[in-house]
Amino acid sequence: MKETDVIVIGGGVVGCATADALARRGASVVLLEKGDDVAVGASRANSGIVHAGYDCEPGTLKARFNRRGNEMMWRLVRELNVPHRKCGSLVAAPEGGEEGLRQLLDRAKKNGVRAEIISRERALDIEPNLADKVSSCLYAPDAGIVSPYKLTIKLAERAVLNGAEVVTEAEVTAIACVDGKYVLSTQKGDFKCRVVVNCAGAGAAGINAAAGAETFETEFRRGDYFVLDTTEGCNVSTVVFPLPTAAGKGILVAPTADGNVIYGPTSVPVAGADTAVASDALDEIRRAVPLTYARPAFNKCIRVYAGVRAIVGHDFTVEESRLRKNFFTVAGICSPGLTAAPAIAEYLVGLIGEKMPLAERSDAVTVLPHAPRLTELSDDEINAFVAHNPAWGRIVCRCEKVTEAEIVAAVHSPVPAVTVDAVKRRVRAGMGRCQGGFCAPRVMEIIARETGVPLSAVRKGGAGSEIAVIKVGEADYD
Amino acid sequence: MTDFDVVVIGGGPAGMAAALAADAEGARTLIVERDNRLGGILNQCIHAGFGLHYFGEELTGPEYAGRFVERVEKSRAQVALESMVLSLTDDRKVTYLSPEKGLVRINAGAVVLAMGCRERTAGAIALAGTRPAGVYTAGAAQRLCNIEGYLVGKRVVILGSGDIGLIMARRMTLEGAKVARVIELMPYSSGLKRNIVQCLDDFGIPINYAHTVTRIEGSPRMTGLYYAPVDERRRPVMSEEKYEPCDCLLLSVGLIPENDLLAGTEVERDGVTSGAVVDERRMTSVEGIFSCGNVLHVHDLVDNVSREAETAGRHAALYALGESETALHCYDARGERGVRYVLPQKLHADSGKVELFFRVDNVYRSCRIVAESGGRTLYSGRRLVLAPGEMEKIVVDTTGLDAPVTVRLEL
Amino acid sequence: MKTICINCPLGCPIEVTESGGKILVRGNTCKRGHDYGVTEYLRPVRTVTTLVTREDGAVVSVKTSAPVPKDSIFELQRHIKTLRVPLAVKRGDTVERNALGLGADIVVTGVPPVAR
Repeated sequence: MKETDVIVIGGGVVGCATADALARRGASVVLLEKGDDVAVGASRANSGIVHAGYDCEPGTLKARFNRRGNEMMWRLVRELNVPHRKCGSLVAAPEGGEEGLRQLLDRAKKNGVRAEIISRERALDIEPNLADKVSSCLYAPDAGIVSPYKLTIKLAERAVLNGAEVVTEAEVTAIACVDGKYVLSTQKGDFKCRVVVNCAGAGAAGINAAAGAETFETEFRRGDYFVLDTTEGCNVSTVVFPLPTAAGKGILVAPTADGNVIYGPTSVPVAGADTAVASDALDEIRRAVPLTYARPAFNKCIRVYAGVRAIVGHDFTVEESRLRKNFFTVAGICSPGLTAAPAIAEYLVGLIGEKMPLAERSDAVTVLPHAPRLTELSDDEINAFVAHNPAWGRIVCRCEKVTEAEIVAAVHSPVPAVTVDAVKRRVRAGMGRCQGGFCAPRVMEIIARETGVPLSAVRKGGAGSEIAVIKVGEADYD
Repeated sequence: MTDFDVVVIGGGPAGMAAALAADAEGARTLIVERDNRLGGILNQCIHAGFGLHYFGEELTGPEYAGRFVERVEKSRAQVALESMVLSLTDDRKVTYLSPEKGLVRINAGAVVLAMGCRERTAGAIALAGTRPAGVYTAGAAQRLCNIEGYLVGKRVVILGSGDIGLIMARRMTLEGAKVARVIELMPYSSGLKRNIVQCLDDFGIPINYAHTVTRIEGSPRMTGLYYAPVDERRRPVMSEEKYEPCDCLLLSVGLIPENDLLAGTEVERDGVTSGAVVDERRMTSVEGIFSCGNVLHVHDLVDNVSREAETAGRHAALYALGESETALHCYDARGERGVRYVLPQKLHADSGKVELFFRVDNVYRSCRIVAESGGRTLYSGRRLVLAPGEMEKIVVDTTGLDAPVTVRLEL
Repeated sequence: MKTICINCPLGCPIEVTESGGKILVRGNTCKRGHDYGVTEYLRPVRTVTTLVTREDGAVVSVKTSAPVPKDSIFELQRHIKTLRVPLAVKRGDTVERNALGLGADIVVTGVPPVAR
């Protein structure tokens, strides 16, 4: 049985940030993820906003980790080469909304976050397409956007390069305490460790229960989104929120770090981590967007999706169990969880550092080796790459201009992409306007070839999602 | 100094026909094709029904493509395979990427756009529910079946009764899958009658007109879907929602000309066709850039694609060789009552008899097609039936044309 | 028998009946519709296009050289599935003559590109 210092349960952004932070400080780490890849839960389906932190209730962990996470984020994304843009954000208020903005400004001051209330005229300089009804805005210059799944994947990759092991399709089914150590059972075998960090997101309550740690109730709220074609990217300059309500930050209009635009999220109570998009939720977005944004372009939609926030009480939970020594619970990481992730990891390093020596390794990988993309290369670089490896000249995804070489590299990356969706999250093949209609069969062929499996074994994502389900001629005619 | 007189972007049916026509005029011609063989989407269209007009016999897609491939091989036209055009400029500089040569920049005397079209996706129609394995465009399923040799589902529902969807209903059935039903938003099919009869009726596959899929169920593999009738505004009547168990949904909900390359040019686009605005030569608003086939407007017969591409290819060659002559006066051609668009959208005076292609916006029975210019009737003819799924054609004489042309229906 | 005429976009719904040895077509609006109705009633035929497996496991597209009776399509399809074609097969090759005695040959219409 493999034994390590720490096991992190859950390959979302918090789990991957924690595994990364621990591995860079010399801990031996295994990350167990029940899905087929990291970033397959809330970390792949959210707004991708790096929040400034003005709206968190002062004094909460949310306020603290949001502000610290924002400070850490901009260096982190450069180290990891994750698409990002510090584009600021606006809260767009209609006439009569000034009081709401003042309350936010007050919170911003208490949270130590830069923000100011600006006139419509000034706001139009920042976002020219504000709706006519918008009369003033709260401007937060330190907000921005990041590719949330890319951030998660790159954190996992850096953890692996620093010695951590990421095990996917390893759902923790039982947790036993043996001689002061934990033994975690999964379908990939048993794993032993001194310290467990439960970052299981929507599944965190179940993990705590399995470990005999504190139990808690999780509330789930689904957020639905529209994704628009990159041709709309030029029409949205910044993140535009409406005034927040009790239900959350509201339906925003935002550019994405990869050049698309998103409209959403809704906030719909659901029973569990059910990410099925609801058509009435889409209608709600259709009604909400024109209130803040003057150029809704629903006809440029290329995809709808939904993610689920796991909410536990009013604040984040990041603490050691009082019932189970060396067992840490990280739960209720809803918004601004993406922004907060590096700060949560840093805080956990402090807590775990009381259990074992943790010190920044001098030999740790900090800056990830650059994974080149065709669209970022100069002409001379392209020709040099093609001369060395013809696969750089073979475009597989024509919408996003992704070459065979990039896909092959993703299949053999530190956290290997062995499903069509995993490839898509890493290199954007299938992320464009044809949504893989053209490239998916070719991506499948590459995965099959590179991993030595038949085409029929290649999956879209999780177990049971094979695409080529029957070989021609082998169907049962009766 | 140009590297080629005519560069044809795309080696499908349109590209091959355009290149052959350009070559026949003596132009130095290059086809740039992204796949590793010519033929385009025809290679995966293994069903019959191609070529009745062009070759006078019924061929399958690969056979139709094969005849053109043989002609291209015998011609002087050059072919760059596995070559993807990355950019095109108004002064006809074409940049493509290939594994063999890396980045290649060429100066073209004329460019013919022949990139075809792509399919509308589940995302484009904002399909609600889960996003599992099992939901594909009909064309992607066709490729996996007919080229790769795999079926993408065992119990299938098809949304949209476009021809590819209907063809795939038969294909999947023949290969042993069960096609539970076809669901069509409109009260009529956008596919050919022949396909309704021979792909659905022959196999007892039901079709629900004026219905739509309301949501997908199952994850990570599809387990079923809900569908419902729609009201006059095409909104689903949710109280009448029904469930259909299936592991696969194929989408045949429209084709969109693949004109992404035009982003780097000033070529004017038609909001209805999503293709370029062209004159009778199929030249766009940018001198020397021509367009034909499904990248110009979506056709229902490849025979028409080949003919149109020949027009584009020939005029591209004449333009590049400095032999192109047109009258100064050019007039708009546009659709009015009942006519969604007219192609070409521009007509030069005195360019002889010109075929005008158009599509109607609904099913019309027993009506008259009228084309007028400055109060003069250019065409008037009766039709028993007109349907949006079938492209219509009339011929007008452009001699002495001195005003815009309109095409309309009289009921 | 009820069907839809496929000769033109009109798509006339037609009904074919037989009484006293005489075939009656109703619903058609032209002569071609009548003839279509009679053929569909007496001996409906279809050209079958499908796939045959090549020695290397790839699929090769084929068609029947002539239309075959509609009610024999599935039987023919089952039979075609048992066939294997050699690697060197090319467009136009005959895979089998007079398959199942239906009077049509199985002819190759297209072959996939050679694997890289």
